[in-house]
Amino acid sequence: MGKLVPITGNYAVAYAAKMARVQVVAAYPITPQTSIVEKLAEFIESGELDATMIRVESEHSALAATFGAALAGARAFTATSSHGLLYMHEWVHWTSRARVPVVMAIVTRTIGTPWNIWPDHSDFMDQRDTGWILGFGMDNQEVFDLTVQAFKISEDPRVYLPVMIGLEGFILGHTTMPVELPDQKELDDWLGPRRQGYVIDGREPLAIGNLAWPEDTEEMFMDIQKAMEEAKQVIKEVDESYGKLTGRKYGGLIQCIGCSNAKYVAIAMGAWAGDLIEAVQRLRDEGYPVGVVRIRFVRPFPIEDLWRIINGVKGVIVFDRAISFGAWGQIYTDLVAGLAQYTRNLPVISNIVAGIGGVNVTHTDFYKLVKNFVDIVEKGEQPPVFTWYHRR
Amino acid sequence: MVGQDLIIEPIKYRVPLSKPKKGVAGKTGFWRTERPVVDKEKCVKCWLCEIYCPVDVIRVEPETGPTIDYDYCKGCGVCSNVCPSGAITMVPEE
Repeated sequence: MGKLVPITGNYAVAYAAKMARVQVVAAYPITPQTSIVEKLAEFIESGELDATMIRVESEHSALAATFGAALAGARAFTATSSHGLLYMHEWVHWTSRARVPVVMAIVTRTIGTPWNIWPDHSDFMDQRDTGWILGFGMDNQEVFDLTVQAFKISEDPRVYLPVMIGLEGFILGHTTMPVELPDQKELDDWLGPRRQGYVIDGREPLAIGNLAWPEDTEEMFMDIQKAMEEAKQVIKEVDESYGKLTGRKYGGLIQCIGCSNAKYVAIAMGAWAGDLIEAVQRLRDEGYPVGVVRIRFVRPFPIEDLWRIINGVKGVIVFDRAISFGAWGQIYTDLVAGLAQYTRNLPVISNIVAGIGGVNVTHTDFYKLVKNFVDIVEKGEQPPVFTWYHRR
Repeated sequence: MVGQDLIIEPIKYRVPLSKPKKGVAGKTGFWRTERPVVDKEKCVKCWLCEIYCPVDVIRVEPETGPTIDYDYCKGCGVCSNVCPSGAITMVPEE
């Protein structure tokens, strides 16, 4: 059986990396680095984790070193945040295109300027087009579970893509909750040894990322798209088998709360989905037929699962904690684009962008916003398609 | 780093990998605008041209001195620059 320990979201990630027996961690020790790699350094120092910590000179090098270690056959891990993630952006693409399994935790924070250390999803959603699988936790337990699962997903031969796991800075990163750690032996058996498609071996020269013709390049990109499709199934299988191991099964790419008889669906991702669930519970108690869909993976985008829930509902309200300036929130955009393949008669769909730069959004805010949305649609009126919800 | 706890399960997708092989990019000597020409009388057989050649097309033998594989020499001129005895001259291609 597992044991319960009170840990922060950052430590939950560190414990997950340790229990997945990572062999190499590369990190640059400055803000915006987090206590994830601090804790991993402690584990290595104390001998609890048999791994090599590479202290590099920048985040760009941190992911480059992680990539190199992974190519050489190591289970490799790194973590970063906001500007650190932006700085390593070039290597983010390299890693996915080389099809090397790597896991990276992103303690999400907004992007400057102005300089701001508070959480939103700006840095994370900026990674949508990189070819990484993108998962996001709601609480410290799920962050632990997702991080462990990320290795299994990344190293599946049907996938062989790197995985990022997001958790909000401060809200999860710095707050403590009891997290159940599985039994190490059972987890070892479940996760299995490191698996990858090819490895650097000094005895046989190998060129990686050499010049390729346009057609070859395009075919490699097309294969990443195919692998993303297969990853949907793999993520569900991993959720299923991990559920058998630990008793915690989340539902795959999305989690539904009260969706079965819902006429309205509220969608959110990350820690604030907890506040949304609380608000919707209150609305349901008052007779509002609302369900919550929590996005656990934005890449691959779970459109099939979402359509199954949304097909037949009257209204959908999508909360985005990031904005594509000049357009809308990213989850909203992906949802509407994806639904267009199923129907020409979309339900009423509204997008609320909020919580940017760490602005606090509480269950009371969610209660008012969802109630207002349902009331407008019930009156037969059209609510605004896009609202930037902001208050001081 | 390749340890015993590693499974290589080949990837079914296309990956940007290649095995280095002579001439894999065609006869790159075609790119040359200047050709290094060796004056074997001046050559002191120091091997610097062979060591420095970035595409590994020069061989220096004790008896015959340097020979250059013009099929792949791109004419970069590094050999001419490092030669301590001025035995390699860059001559414009016709």
